[in-house]
Amino acid sequence: MAPETMELEKLLDRGYGQGFYTPIEADSVPRGLNEQIIRAISAKKNEPQFMLDWRLKAYRHWLTLSEPRWSTVVHPPIDYQAISYYSAPKSKKDRPQSLDEVDPELLRTYEKLGVPLQEREMLAGVAVDAVFDSVSVATTFKDKLGELGIIFCSFSEAVREHPDLVQQYLGSVVPHTDNYFAALNSAVFSDGSFCYIPPGVRCPMELSTYFRINAMNTGQFERTLIVADRGAYVSYLEGCTAPMRDENQLHAAVVELVALDDAQIKYATVQNWYPGDKDGRGGIYNFVTKRGLCRGARSRISWTQVETGSAITWKYPSVVLQGDDSVGAFYSVALTNHHQQADTGTKMIHLGRNTKSTIVSKGISAGRGHNAYRGLVRMSKNAANARNYTQCDSLLLGDRCAAHTFPYIEVKNASARVEHEASTSRIGEDQLFYCQSRGLGPEDAVSMIVNGFCKDVFKELPMEFAVEAQKLLGVSLEGSIG
Amino acid sequence: MNAIVADNFAADFERLKPLLPGVYVPWLRALREEAFADFLDKGFPSTRQEDWKYTSVAAIEKGRFVPAAAAAEVCWDVGCVGSQELPGARVMVFVDGRYAPELSHLGSLPAGVTVASLAATIEREPERLRAALTPAEAGYASGFAALNAAFLCDGAYVGLAPGADLAEPLHLLFVAATRNAAAHVRNVIAAGAGSRACIVEHHVSAEALPYFTNAVTSIDVERNASIEHHKLQDESLLAFHVAAVRADLGEASSFASTSFAFGAALSRTGIDVGLNAEKASCNLDGLYLIDGRQHADHHTRIDHARPRGRSREFYKGVLDGASRAVFNGRVIVHADAQQSDAQQTNRNLLLSDQAEADTKPQLEIWADDVKCAHGATVGQLDPDQIFYLQARGVDGETARSMLVYGFAAEVIERIGLLGLRRRLENLLRSRLPAGRGIMR
Repeated sequence: MAPETMELEKLLDRGYGQGFYTPIEADSVPRGLNEQIIRAISAKKNEPQFMLDWRLKAYRHWLTLSEPRWSTVVHPPIDYQAISYYSAPKSKKDRPQSLDEVDPELLRTYEKLGVPLQEREMLAGVAVDAVFDSVSVATTFKDKLGELGIIFCSFSEAVREHPDLVQQYLGSVVPHTDNYFAALNSAVFSDGSFCYIPPGVRCPMELSTYFRINAMNTGQFERTLIVADRGAYVSYLEGCTAPMRDENQLHAAVVELVALDDAQIKYATVQNWYPGDKDGRGGIYNFVTKRGLCRGARSRISWTQVETGSAITWKYPSVVLQGDDSVGAFYSVALTNHHQQADTGTKMIHLGRNTKSTIVSKGISAGRGHNAYRGLVRMSKNAANARNYTQCDSLLLGDRCAAHTFPYIEVKNASARVEHEASTSRIGEDQLFYCQSRGLGPEDAVSMIVNGFCKDVFKELPMEFAVEAQKLLGVSLEGSIG
Repeated sequence: MNAIVADNFAADFERLKPLLPGVYVPWLRALREEAFADFLDKGFPSTRQEDWKYTSVAAIEKGRFVPAAAAAEVCWDVGCVGSQELPGARVMVFVDGRYAPELSHLGSLPAGVTVASLAATIEREPERLRAALTPAEAGYASGFAALNAAFLCDGAYVGLAPGADLAEPLHLLFVAATRNAAAHVRNVIAAGAGSRACIVEHHVSAEALPYFTNAVTSIDVERNASIEHHKLQDESLLAFHVAAVRADLGEASSFASTSFAFGAALSRTGIDVGLNAEKASCNLDGLYLIDGRQHADHHTRIDHARPRGRSREFYKGVLDGASRAVFNGRVIVHADAQQSDAQQTNRNLLLSDQAEADTKPQLEIWADDVKCAHGATVGQLDPDQIFYLQARGVDGETARSMLVYGFAAEVIERIGLLGLRRRLENLLRSRLPAGRGIMR
């Protein structure tokens, strides 16, 4: 092993900094999955009939499906009957009405996470709809958003307060029949966020949700639905951390985005769930279905993600470019270390004329990490003059990691143009030598090179998130970033 | 595979078994039985299998293609075969997959070179072929490979002793002459250390017939040997063509492969190269030029199994009419195959709105000290370039033909063998609307 590899190895071996666990009594349904459980979840949440019907329909479809086997990830079989499908923070009445009623234990957890609810005014334009386990317990800046007609609330609240909107858009992008995990989510999802931006409104602040997994043996099934009406604009941030724990947890979220004529949605994710220890024990299984629908003409949807956590990441944020002249984008940094596995990428389905999409994917594999880019670019018959540009690069740190690229390109239109480029390389000894000869330590040199490698993606993130993303990359590479 | 199709194949197998070469070779008989059982087990690939997602072979399954019991009378005259021959080459002609010595001329072979038909080699020296015919540990890659092993009847055997040089190219001309015939062709090339050879595998048909070619070529390239394999598929537009080329590369050996897919209603070519020793290198080029309802599928796989290997891949396609092309290029760098260098390019030109290109370049990297890159594009002719030519007095059709020619000729120009290059250039010109007008 070369000396710099040993140096790297040392840097890669630091523990998970965000690991802490808050014991909070949770109000859970019994483990297992059947129609009774689904009825119980629906009843607990006081849902209208249409929601229950939808859940049951999804559950019955899920029973006909089998777990997907096509990806490169390997994990022990998941026992879906051993999971408790609902857990809400214990509260005497329905929900805490104000911050004073919120469990102080919970507030302290948020403090550790860096979501200072008490100082929320100082959170520079960020409204936080914080999801602790499954039920949303606090929403900030609601009044300010309300003045503009923007609806930003928990999913359960949206089901109660705006059933018409929910009924209209729920499942319109990711139908309950979409895939195994989406069907499961549709059947049992506990809560999530709902956001509606009325026509012509530009959301004045970055909307943000912090998800957190806490209670033992509780799978998280979030559902997010964002609708940008004609000419609306919204930038949405999703960030995650999880406490250190030793048991695998299943997370199967669904995110649906709908952009009507001239609307724009920017969706950014920083994901730092517990990746398991350095021998590959524990960690979150993150099987997510994210899809945006550019339904209107000239609409735009962009996904930006920084994936540093989870034992297994399995997600393909996609854009269906239905409206003419619509634009889709996908910017991703995925980092795997130790025994982490990531199978991620995107799908760009071009249906409308003059649609454009850009894909920039950066994979970093360290230790025994496996990183796969799996993407699809489809130019359908009617996608005249559609354009796609794809670049996916992989960086390898260590001789036991793996990086794969599986791009699918399907073109059925002669005026469409698709370009795909990919490269795989490691940090060159000459690059390290160059930095070190200019006085940088090996750690700073690696940090500089990795940051430079990811720059194209980081520059797409909102300012606050870009800082956090760099920090997370540092934590995940355990100290190699200063 | 449904029961009727399976029964048909079983009946064919029982009937033909005693007629196929090597009846008295116990291991070969056992190999055929096992292969046939494996074929019945696997059946024909379905589009539900990842490797066959874009290519449906239902038409082959339904086609009821039966291996010709004996070589058909060639229904075109010898002179016509002669016109297909490459100038200056040694020629082996196969009719419906069987060697036709009266149409072939090998000339006098240099020392250390053996060139014979596979059937004759099986009868005379079956042990020579044992290793090449034994399936890999992983078993047959698909039902087609198993079917080929069960029914294999003829093909070319090329044996090169260490240091031997074939000098002139060897032209293997496969002519289909019988309606609804299946030809399960097997070529075996064993190149000893430091040997050299250039082999052209050429598939044509006597007339517009439906038939099925199922060809497997295995190439063993030992230390420092250098082998060129050119595959030219110019089958009838009603034909089905499934081919697999497997190359096993020794230390510091080199392998150059080209694949040209111009004909066939449906063609599938698999090229599988293992860089199984240090410093091996390979170069894979290909061109598919299809129109109408043609379907051309290329699946290539390059395994960098040992350190310091080098691979280059360059595939281009021109699609017109309602044709469909599939390209799947897989490059795998195994753990410990450090300092591997792999590059892959696939470019597609769509000339019609009904055409479809599905491309999937894949990289699977299990080592860190590597240089790997791939690129894929799908696009169309640049209207500015057409305008440029038109502004200089070239009519639109000629301008388009010139640009397509320029696009496709980039692959042909890389061929060192002059006779083959000229042949391909002419074929390309004949396929373009205003191709005749393009200067050489």
